[in-house]
Amino acid sequence: MSDLFIAGIVVFVLASFVGLEVISKVPPTLHTPLMSGANAISGITIVGALVAAGTGSGTAATILGFLAVAAATINVVGGFLVTDRMLHMFQPKAPRRGKGG
Amino acid sequence: MARLLYLAAAVAFIIGLRRLGSPRTARGGNRIAGAGMLLAIIVTLVDQDVVGWGTIVAGLVVGGVAGGLLALRVQMTAMPQLVAAFNGFGGLASVLVALAEIDRVAAAFDVETGVVAVLTLAVGAITFSGSFVAYAKLQGLMTGRPIVLAGGKTANAVMALGIAALGVWAVAAEVAPAFWIATAVALILGVFAVIPIGGADMPVVISLLNSLSGVAAALAGFIISNEALIVGGALVGAAGLILTIQMGEAMNRTLANVLFSGFGGATGPVAMSDKPVKRATPDDVAISLAYAETVVVVPGYGLAVAQAQHAVRDLATQLEERGVRVAYAIHPVAGRMPGHMNVLLAEADVPYEQLLDLEQSNPRFGLTDVVLVIGANDVVNPSARDDATSPIYGMPILEVDRARTVVVVKRSLSPGFAGIDNPLFYKDTTMMLFDDGKAAVESIIGALATV
Repeated sequence: MSDLFIAGIVVFVLASFVGLEVISKVPPTLHTPLMSGANAISGITIVGALVAAGTGSGTAATILGFLAVAAATINVVGGFLVTDRMLHMFQPKAPRRGKGG
Repeated sequence: MARLLYLAAAVAFIIGLRRLGSPRTARGGNRIAGAGMLLAIIVTLVDQDVVGWGTIVAGLVVGGVAGGLLALRVQMTAMPQLVAAFNGFGGLASVLVALAEIDRVAAAFDVETGVVAVLTLAVGAITFSGSFVAYAKLQGLMTGRPIVLAGGKTANAVMALGIAALGVWAVAAEVAPAFWIATAVALILGVFAVIPIGGADMPVVISLLNSLSGVAAALAGFIISNEALIVGGALVGAAGLILTIQMGEAMNRTLANVLFSGFGGATGPVAMSDKPVKRATPDDVAISLAYAETVVVVPGYGLAVAQAQHAVRDLATQLEERGVRVAYAIHPVAGRMPGHMNVLLAEADVPYEQLLDLEQSNPRFGLTDVVLVIGANDVVNPSARDDATSPIYGMPILEVDRARTVVVVKRSLSPGFAGIDNPLFYKDTTMMLFDDGKAAVESIIGALATV
């Protein structure tokens, strides 16, 4: 196994533990935004998609690259936007008085 | 230099996720993570000798517009299926990245990279097709009931072995079509794996698919030797795993049980009790609410289906004006994904301080005058605590039966998804109001005006 590959495994294992530590304390109220925010982060595949689309040659590479960029971008843009929309609702608001109050 | 900037992006993801853990910092956290993503994208575009700008711009525009429209237009009730769809696209992207790399090197990988490529294709493809089956179930495009096929488990095992065999062939003989066929088999496996899982088990399934989409991204990172993908993917894999375990615990079911038992829909005739229930009118309910000191609302998925969250918030506001203290007790699996009910109530302007989780709620019920259960059933079923023969025995419940009075708003006496009777309905202290959730709450509000 190459050193690069082993370094990758080291990074993967350590990052997994960081993830377990950071996320185990999230209160249930925030589980949905946490999940959609994490989902947006998994769109980091967009980096691989950009490499494939930008450096590939030939029809197959172009089609695969385009589809990869499109799918990853949906994941990234949609994921961060919808998480922001949800979290906007969780922000503390000025006390609201009900109708007729 | 590029690798250090990718590291900065990975740090932004970690800080962002950490800040997502508290309501006050969560929105900023999401933006930090988003900024990290933007950095990673810019670094990639600058660092690589990009020749195919047209392809990139086309992909970014198509994906950005589609993702943006989906995110801005979605109803909060439809959030679970949207997250399922986004998971699916993430899995698909990882598959396509792996296929593009296979195309680029003509399938001539060293052994470890070849193995990782097969794993990326398998995990990514299962995430993709499984997520879209979950999407179809949640969106109501197909039945939410489990579809159990004869020999389904055997077929799944055969397909998993087939993927492994194709993978060995693909890596050993450097055959590109073998990678493609393995991907196709994994796509079918994803469909077969999610089809037997019932709609009520979706919180577990979505969490698991979320985790897998992260794992697929991390695996893709090994193929192209990029640490940003490995870190980002590993973080998401861990996040999804934690939520998967927590959801399983909230239903007292193991992951294997959720995935392989075809649970989540009543299978046989249900032995319903013919004991009498105490029927209430909206006026009865309004009077007991108006003269209560403390009221706890227990919302279930039925509330979301009936779109009653705004009506419930109006009722709570009117009660608060009368000096009644109102809180909401939310079971972890009250919605169709973890925390879904909290989002629906936040959308209706319920302050998050009033949202209590299982551990916070249960000690309070003994001191609560009226509990208002709307569209929930199994999560308030005392059998889970008292009856060792019950199929849901051991599942953590909201112990609403300890309250002075319980009002259950329900369409009928039909059982919940577990298909079992609920002794709560026959208790002396329980009043049943048979109606659609929203209509019931609105008539209680109407009756309250005359109290």
